[in-house]
Amino acid sequence: MAAEPIIEVRDLDMAFPVRGGPGGKTVIQQVLHKLNFDIAPGETLGLVGESGSGKSTAGRILVGLYEPTGGSVKLFGQSITGAQRQHGLAAVRSRLQFVFQDPHAALNPRMRVGDSIAEPIAIAGGRTRRDRADRVRELLEMVGLPRDGAERFPHEFSGGQRQRIVIARALALQPGFIVCDEPVSALDVSIQAQIVNLLMDLQQKFGLSYLFIAHDLAVVRAIAHRVAVLYAGSIVEVAPKDELYGDPQHPYTRALLDAVPRADPDRVRGPVLGGEVPSLLAPPPGCRFHTRCPHVMPRCRTDIPALRVTTPGRHVACHLYA
Amino acid sequence: MASEPLVSIENLTVQFRTDRGWATATESVSFDIGDGDCLGVVGESGSGKSVTALSILRLHARGTSRFNSGTIRYDGRDLLRASERDMRAIRGRDIAMVFQDPMSSLNPVLTICDQISETLMLHRGLSRIEARKRAIELLDLVRIADAARRVDEYPHRFSGGMRQRVMIAIAIACRPRLLIADEPTTALDVTIQAQILELLRDLRTELNMAVMLISHDLGVIAEFARRVVVMYAGRVVEDAPVDVLFRKAMHPYTEGLMASMPALDGPVRRLYSIPGRIPDINEQVAGCRFSPRCGHAEAVCLTAMPDLVPVSPDHRVRCAPRTRTTGAG
Ligand SMILES: Nc1ncnc2c1ncn2[C@@H]1O[C@H](COP(=O)(O)OP(=O)(O)OP(=O)(O)O)[C@@H](O)[C@H]1O
Ligand SMILES: Nc1ncnc2c1ncn2[C@@H]1O[C@H](COP(=O)(O)OP(=O)(O)O)[C@@H](O)[C@H]1O
Ligand code: SF4
Ligand SMILES: [Mg+2]
Ligand SMILES: [Mg+2]
Repeated sequence: MAAEPIIEVRDLDMAFPVRGGPGGKTVIQQVLHKLNFDIAPGETLGLVGESGSGKSTAGRILVGLYEPTGGSVKLFGQSITGAQRQHGLAAVRSRLQFVFQDPHAALNPRMRVGDSIAEPIAIAGGRTRRDRADRVRELLEMVGLPRDGAERFPHEFSGGQRQRIVIARALALQPGFIVCDEPVSALDVSIQAQIVNLLMDLQQKFGLSYLFIAHDLAVVRAIAHRVAVLYAGSIVEVAPKDELYGDPQHPYTRALLDAVPRADPDRVRGPVLGGEVPSLLAPPPGCRFHTRCPHVMPRCRTDIPALRVTTPGRHVACHLYA
Repeated sequence: MASEPLVSIENLTVQFRTDRGWATATESVSFDIGDGDCLGVVGESGSGKSVTALSILRLHARGTSRFNSGTIRYDGRDLLRASERDMRAIRGRDIAMVFQDPMSSLNPVLTICDQISETLMLHRGLSRIEARKRAIELLDLVRIADAARRVDEYPHRFSGGMRQRVMIAIAIACRPRLLIADEPTTALDVTIQAQILELLRDLRTELNMAVMLISHDLGVIAEFARRVVVMYAGRVVEDAPVDVLFRKAMHPYTEGLMASMPALDGPVRRLYSIPGRIPDINEQVAGCRFSPRCGHAEAVCLTAMPDLVPVSPDHRVRCAPRTRTTGAG
């Protein structure tokens, strides 16, 4: 990807104070650990990992909802970390949008769909009521909903249609970058495909960039250009899609792909990965995956593997590739 | 199937009271579960999978639900007509169920030991001490490490995967002949899902019980089941051995479902999506319920509800064009 990235993330750290120490004391939980990645214009970066691995936290940081505790984030060339945070966010806010998993929670049930979609425009100011109504109809059409849908209420729509409404609202201010956090996880497979295709069409049309968060690796393969794999708050592998799925290098990426059930009753699957993701309050030393890794070596228990380039465009954090 | 099936559902129609009157959730559902069988039930949200499963145990709320027709044969009895007392004895002892959300099925203020013991004391008449011993064995059986210590902990100390193991331990406590697992891994991560499916597979052989696994994920079904029932909008649309279904599905909905699954290998193509959406429970659709979304619909599909027709001894399909016998004359 030759173009200048529009998202640049460097050594990003995030920690939350949580209750859970001995005697119910408040302790610091390190949720993201030194993340590094870029996203180019018109590119989709898939972010995968098990629940609690930090995907949503990373997504929220990228749209300014959380302030990271360390590292730097640049969006459209503007820093949104450190002293420039407020100024940077003000400059880029209208170009950032967020689509959540649950389209029910995302829409106000008492608000007409048209008003929900027009809300960001109204808040940003400008445009007359009439202009807004025209824009709403245009947006509805863009996401494949009937124009008269504007007058109806969210409960009159199915889950897939509601996700279209949420996407229409996200497009209202012509963003350049959308964080999609599990946008199809709550939908049936036949509807999932409709939404994924819609997101891809919109990307083509408007040159959008996406951070596409999902725990379903197969869905991510359909939409992403590159994929980053998170494990317990660290990126263990980032690679162009074909490389990641065709030849996964990190032992965790391999295990994750192997665990996905295939629609092939004859497939003989490899041994099932045992254990569970470690607690972020007491992460294991060294490689965080070493407690479950089938290739664990002595140094894995003590040294944190760095994210290194293994082949052009691909980064892996594993001592096997040192 | 040569021998008598373990459970035989015939012509099951279940309705629920809604603000627009009685709505039909499942209609004329028929299928068998063989002794020691491994049955997968697949279909999209609202297709009637859970309603069918809950009917076997008669767990629907009274007053707002009714069985319009049907029988569910088990052990020489019709469960739909059995007394509530008989049903209480059957639930948990003969037929047990595991649900999607293990947290809401566990009582947060009771220890794991208390919750497993409850079933054992009720159905097996074990003493508290015996039940505790058995609870530890059961935790071992569902591969929870350090069972003797963990048995005294509360559910909140357990991860989602561990809680599902506990639910399975409770379900198998009385060695049921049928375990119904309704989306048991849907809330779990794939690596944990793989562990739980492996556990269920092992337990099925170890305990020689039948398992009915409900899932919306064809991948899970392909990996787990030996026979598959496909449901759409309250009807069984196809019923076949797993290899037959995945090699030559005959119902257009089954085909569509398979085509919409994003793949992990092969060329990356634009995803196929079945146009339209599943009808709402209150929506009337004349003829075949899938006809408004079907690319193969003919005039007959729009008027007459097709029958579930056997196309071979172990394969049934509900689609008029696909099951028409050709070249008869
Ligand atoms: N208690 C109830 N009252 C009214 N309608 C109900 C009730 N339970 C189920 N239904 C309806 O019956 C139909 C079938 O529901 P069911 O729960 O069996 O679907 P399912 O196939 O299990 O779907 P999912 O994949 O979402 O679990 C749906 O339309 C549902 O809304
Ligand atoms: N606002 C918050 N306060 C405290 N902890 C949080 C907060 N948001 C997320 N976390 C914790 O951060 C970790 C990562 O969460 P999340 O980013 O939601 O993971 P994912 O989206 O990958 O499932 C989890 O342990 C979660 O409990
Ligand atoms: S660093 Fe070691 S433990 Fe970690 S993934 Fe690589 S081989 Fe496994
Ligand atoms: Mg999340
Ligand atoms: Mg259900």
